Amino acid sequence: MKKKLFMFVLVVVINAKRFEFSPSEVHLKRGEPVTIRLVSSDRKHGLMSKPLGIELDGNDEVTITPASAGTFRAICDHYCGMGHGNMKMTFVVE
Amino acid sequence: MDRRSFLTLSAASLGAGALLHFTPAKAALSHFARRNGEAPNPFSFVQLSDTHVGHPLGTNAFERAVDMINRLDPQPDLILFTGDLTHDSEDPAEHAKRMKSFQSIAGRLRVRNRFHVPGEHDAALDGGTLFREHFGDAHYSFDHRGVHFVGIDNVSEGKPQVGKEQIAWLRRDVARFGHTTPIVVFTHRPLFDLKPDWEWFTTDGDEVMNVLAPYDNVTILYGHIHRAHHHTAGNAQHHAARSLIFGFPDPATTEEKKPLAFDKEHPFANLGIRQIAAPGLAINDVELTAREFSGTEGIQQLRKGGSL
Repeated sequence: MKKKLFMFVLVVVINAKRFEFSPSEVHLKRGEPVTIRLVSSDRKHGLMSKPLGIELDGNDEVTITPASAGTFRAICDHYCGMGHGNMKMTFVVE
Repeated sequence: MDRRSFLTLSAASLGAGALLHFTPAKAALSHFARRNGEAPNPFSFVQLSDTHVGHPLGTNAFERAVDMINRLDPQPDLILFTGDLTHDSEDPAEHAKRMKSFQSIAGRLRVRNRFHVPGEHDAALDGGTLFREHFGDAHYSFDHRGVHFVGIDNVSEGKPQVGKEQIAWLRRDVARFGHTTPIVVFTHRPLFDLKPDWEWFTTDGDEVMNVLAPYDNVTILYGHIHRAHHHTAGNAQHHAARSLIFGFPDPATTEEKKPLAFDKEHPFANLGIRQIAAPGLAINDVELTAREFSGTEGIQQLRKGGSL
């Protein structure tokens, strides 16, 4: 009988609504895979951080493995109206 | 022949936007005529950007720019508007009113050949529907005196993105030209990663530039960043125009994207006249004096600050 191998990956849910992310700061561990799930609750939003490889739109998710420690800004890159320019959050990789 | 000997593209900022002169080198004329059947002739055109009609700070700087352009002699052949013509509104009727207000002010320009591409404030909330109703297609091309102009829409998909369909169109559009044809692309957002954290980029900008890579004379004119910026990559030169509403800071100096505060010690920072001349892109900054800009609404607007 074959053994099934399971890997548990932490899922971080980021709720997006005009013009804020909740939570606005997320702590991750370097070298540990994590799934970032974006939930757009009022209209379509984006979540983008180039250094972390996060480029999400609407309701979507991506699994990443942060390679280096640091503080990384993520922004909404799907225009959502006045205030969009200040819709941002922070990932802290420890 | 070195590509830089083909043309001289010089620009003088109007304090808000840029007046550009297209001057092909003499040696290039016969080359173009031989390769393309049409030799480019010298001409000038104006780029204006980020007028944000409907923003609480008003339209006085835009109206002043219209007056300045109307006084130019000779008149430029064309005027290119590189997006954020209007400040957006949640109410489509109000947004339509702002577009009509823009058209009313722009309608005072003596130059009739005016071309527009949308910014995110014009088109990102409704996919460009209202923009197209007022200004026509959001991407298109035309030829003028031997130069191929291409308007690129990198906002209507909501994200900083051109999209596969438009990139395929661009590939077909430029394929009919020889590689020495001068190409001027005008768009809203930068087509390279200028500052992604501030949304100063286009997700698939690299794909656009790959389509243009075989061409020797490519100039990209854009807005969005509310400050002058010049960048060269490969055969392409990228130039940003100032805004007509307020300036943004140099991202190398601060992490926060906030409109520039009025600086009593340097009241004309980011407002001076800038002349650029190729080859070599020599930049000559000319500081304005208080007399030249005293009492203008442009300065008053900076005093008030602003937000997006």
